[in-house]
Amino acid sequence: MTKEKKTLNLNFGPQHPAAHGVLRLILELDGEIVEKADPHIGLLHRGTEKLIENKTYSQAIPYFDRLDYVAPMNQEHAFALAIEKIMDVEVPIRGQYIRVIFCEIGRILSHILNITTQALDVGALTPSLWGFEEREKLMGFYERVSGSRLHANYFRPGGVHKDLPRGLDKDILDFCKTFPKIIDDLETLLTDNRIFKQRNVDIGIVTKEDALNYSFSGVMLRGSGIPWDLRKSQPYDCYEQIDFKIPIGKNGDCYDRYLCRIEEMRESVKIIEQCLKNLPKGPVKSMDNKLTPPPKKEIKQSMEALIHHFKLFTEGYRVKKDEIYTAVEAPKGEFGVYLISDGTNRPYKCKIRAPGFSHLQAMDYLIKGHMLADVPAVLGSLDIVFGEIDR
Amino acid sequence: MDLYKDKMSLTNLEKKINSELTTKINSSRINHEQLEIQIDKESLLDVVIFLKKNNSTKFRQLIDITAVDYIGSENRFKMIYLLLSHEYNLRINITFSINEKEVVNSLTKIFPSANWMEREVFDMYGIKFNDHPDLRRILTDYGFSGHPLRKDFPITGHTEVRYSEEKKKVVYEPVKLEQNYRNFDYASPWEGTEYIKEVQKKND
Repeated sequence: MTKEKKTLNLNFGPQHPAAHGVLRLILELDGEIVEKADPHIGLLHRGTEKLIENKTYSQAIPYFDRLDYVAPMNQEHAFALAIEKIMDVEVPIRGQYIRVIFCEIGRILSHILNITTQALDVGALTPSLWGFEEREKLMGFYERVSGSRLHANYFRPGGVHKDLPRGLDKDILDFCKTFPKIIDDLETLLTDNRIFKQRNVDIGIVTKEDALNYSFSGVMLRGSGIPWDLRKSQPYDCYEQIDFKIPIGKNGDCYDRYLCRIEEMRESVKIIEQCLKNLPKGPVKSMDNKLTPPPKKEIKQSMEALIHHFKLFTEGYRVKKDEIYTAVEAPKGEFGVYLISDGTNRPYKCKIRAPGFSHLQAMDYLIKGHMLADVPAVLGSLDIVFGEIDR
Repeated sequence: MDLYKDKMSLTNLEKKINSELTTKINSSRINHEQLEIQIDKESLLDVVIFLKKNNSTKFRQLIDITAVDYIGSENRFKMIYLLLSHEYNLRINITFSINEKEVVNSLTKIFPSANWMEREVFDMYGIKFNDHPDLRRILTDYGFSGHPLRKDFPITGHTEVRYSEEKKKVVYEPVKLEQNYRNFDYASPWEGTEYIKEVQKKND
């Protein structure tokens, strides 16, 4: 009697702690070897793009916080840049610096979460306890500047909502002094850790060619040795004036991606320090009151300011007919917004390009032939957040 | 970085593409530092293969595929393909218009990442793709009907879910709103919204 080849179907998630959210992964197993992975996504689909079409431009910004909720401001940035480019608005230099500071804080927030949870997935508990303490401090900065720890709604077309509150710049600088020590500590726990290396080295290898073919971006691309970072190649805001390096991996495996993220955090700290040292004085948002609301003080005295305020918060501003694709280097990769405006106060269409969408798509390619236990390791190194994938 | 120094400019790229693909390009323009080309639906694969393989273009990455619903016009949907060339640091948008019944060729053979992007377009707009290996819905619920990003799909949707205590399971029911969805039209508060005008007409 010949033995029939039998595969076992395994349902991984949607309620699995290593699925990083609501991922339903249907795995076809031959013993312990994964033969096929079919990710089912959309369990967190909220129809963001449809909602944005029915809201004014300023009402649409908070939806971007809810995409990649680990680094909210980076998303707002892409949308704000799109509107600024269409309306041809210049952001004051101080506004640009503050944006870059908070983008990099977002990057650190996201990378801490990813590195520590990836470590958790492969069996190390301590990094997440140490890392989350730092995230708490960073979210404290978010709260002080925007009033909210996560859903900031802080970047606006034309600049940022408000200037930094007194003393915040000093506190962020203090954080930049202490944080590199924490990265060192995380590294002592993980980088040379035998178990961590056994679980990550040579797992989920992506070749250069495939990284391009599968539309990878961000760390997924750099981990495979392709020097590409939108902050360098297509700089936006004041990234051109800042000196920083782009870490690049060699082997394209999970371990290289982890190393890239660690180095990126160090670079982010340098960027924040430079920005704070050279932080220019001046306004933080465009003075054009057709786009940004006038200060509260003026509203009490000036009729014109009152009208501007009223118009902005009822009708909103109109954006002339145009189409544009803008992308920013979000912590997870290229986050893009394809915005079509039709001259009214609402976007005609706003397509959101989430980096995690393409990364998760390659799951089948990445995991084929690996063991079942490698699934959480690969999933962790993809750095997926369902807020942005499902939209 | 040295890598990005010898940039091919957009105008050169536009010339190059126009001369190499003369018959396939309907129109081209540079908008916000990106090249936009309009093509025919049939020449999509040829154009994309050329852009990917040619040494002077090297658009080796597909960034996104999306569609726009211009409801009411003869060709209802406009397809948009975004490509990126790392070597030359350039972006290109390929567009063409199709009507509701037309089927588009799939890019999955050229870019494997087109798979989910096309599934998303199918899910959101109901546009079908030729030779797609697995054209299922992707973002919406299992057993969902309708295509949410079409302009004639109501923002409230058609069904709502709740847990039924009698049936001991989650049930789907038609949407019941306590109050109609109110679409505030602030386009011109001075002249009054269209809604108010309609009421005035009735009073006359």
